[in-house]
Amino acid sequence: MTPSRYRRGILGACGVLGFLVLVELAGRVGLIDPGLLPYVSDVLVAAAGLPFEEKFLIDVLATLEACALGLLIALVTAVPAGLLLGTVPMVERSVRPLVEFLRPIPSVSLIPLAMFLFPASQDAKTALVAYTCAWPLLINTMYGLADVDPLAKETLRSFGFGPLAVVLRVNLPSAAPFIATGIRIAVSVTLIVAVSVELIAAGDGGLGTFISLAGGANRVDRMLAATVWAGFIGLAVNLLFTMGERRVFRWHQARAGVAG
Amino acid sequence: MTLAARRGRVGRFGTGLLWYWLIPVTAVVWEVSTRQLEAVYFPPPSVIVVRLHEMWFSGPLSQAFLTDEALDDLVPSLTRLFVGWAAAAAAGVVVGLMLGRSARLAALVEPLLHFGRSVPPSTLLPVFLLLFKIGTPMQVASIVYGVIWPVLINSMDGARYVDRQYIETGTVFRVSTTQRILRIILPAAAPKIFAGLRLSVSLALIMMVVSELVGSSEGIGHRLLEAQSEFDIPAMWAGIVLLGVLGIVLNSAFIAVERVVLSWHHQSRKAASDL
Repeated sequence: MTPSRYRRGILGACGVLGFLVLVELAGRVGLIDPGLLPYVSDVLVAAAGLPFEEKFLIDVLATLEACALGLLIALVTAVPAGLLLGTVPMVERSVRPLVEFLRPIPSVSLIPLAMFLFPASQDAKTALVAYTCAWPLLINTMYGLADVDPLAKETLRSFGFGPLAVVLRVNLPSAAPFIATGIRIAVSVTLIVAVSVELIAAGDGGLGTFISLAGGANRVDRMLAATVWAGFIGLAVNLLFTMGERRVFRWHQARAGVAG
Repeated sequence: MTLAARRGRVGRFGTGLLWYWLIPVTAVVWEVSTRQLEAVYFPPPSVIVVRLHEMWFSGPLSQAFLTDEALDDLVPSLTRLFVGWAAAAAAGVVVGLMLGRSARLAALVEPLLHFGRSVPPSTLLPVFLLLFKIGTPMQVASIVYGVIWPVLINSMDGARYVDRQYIETGTVFRVSTTQRILRIILPAAAPKIFAGLRLSVSLALIMMVVSELVGSSEGIGHRLLEAQSEFDIPAMWAGIVLLGVLGIVLNSAFIAVERVVLSWHHQSRKAASDL
């Protein structure tokens, strides 16, 4: 009933091509005002040229650097904090309402505050990305620890392992798949937050700055071309983390009975 | 319900509340430490709450205690939020169900879908700003683009993996196509659809704020930026707190609706595990 992989690939390629041709035709025929949106072919030509522009590459790297650094900061703070808070049930139950209370605050509402605290846009970006990533990491670590097999803990304890050894050898590995899910969730919002900061607090460059500058020059083709690259970057990052998660935690998926 | 059971329930609720002790403690610690340190950018909670009340909730009874400012800020923001979210949810569910039921159609558009979902919606804000100019259509477009993907992809997944027995039973009873979609496929896909919708609620709030920060002349996000440029720190914090409360309220409201709508699902699963 389901088409084979090969056929699905062909159908997918047809879908992309068909979409591009349709939009191009809509522009040529005049259905879409060319003064408003450029032809698809123009956007694609502009997109093909962007990787050869030094300015664009510097901007993309600035955004990715803030994302990576922010994620790293969140990892080294939120995961240990989650381990600490999640291991002791009393502490976990006390902290949980506070966490559930603070988490729904949309991180982007802190952009004006971050602009005060970090005059350099790059720092504000990094800090906000770290803040955004910290919540899913903290929560997934804490909830992952709630899922630890008590038998494994008791086994290690009866063999004379200390509390720290139990945490490192049982709690951390069994929470690791949940932490990985937290990372995947965190990564998907890093770009949104970083670009938002760049749009509002322009200064140190970045993908958002590049796009708003192109907008100021009324170059919609260049804006859309940069957006196309943003899509490719997002796609690559998603793919990287999903595949990494699947590879590293194959044992967990096998145990949980998830079809690979 | 027997009295003993009821008492047990009240008791459990009481001890459940006890676990919230950290929230007031944190508030008090924050109050004391910010007063001691006189941190410019971190006003004490009492100052923020007073400013919040004075800005938005000190209006006359006839306006449900909302001030004129609140009506000017909150109403447009919330309207955009709900219109954008509802439009994206409706479109996402309809298109998702269609794609989920046709393997060929799904294969045709899947690469486009994954690409569209990967574009960070904030990168499109300047484009929408140029296309729609400053105002509500631009914000609604941003919210719709930011929110539609999780709904669409989850609905597609939900509709794709409907138990074959359900469909075949429907065929045996000669259920019409609309009946099949509404009575069999939609309920079977509902848990997945709700998972997508829950994600989209918090995303919608994020997109509402960002789109107002980037291009708006009114709304909560705009008020935040205005307070920031006027160095009115308590007002800025009042905006942050209001958005936080809005996030909590929307989330809990959604979970309550989900619990009611999906109660049959939880019950049937519970019954299955009790067997």
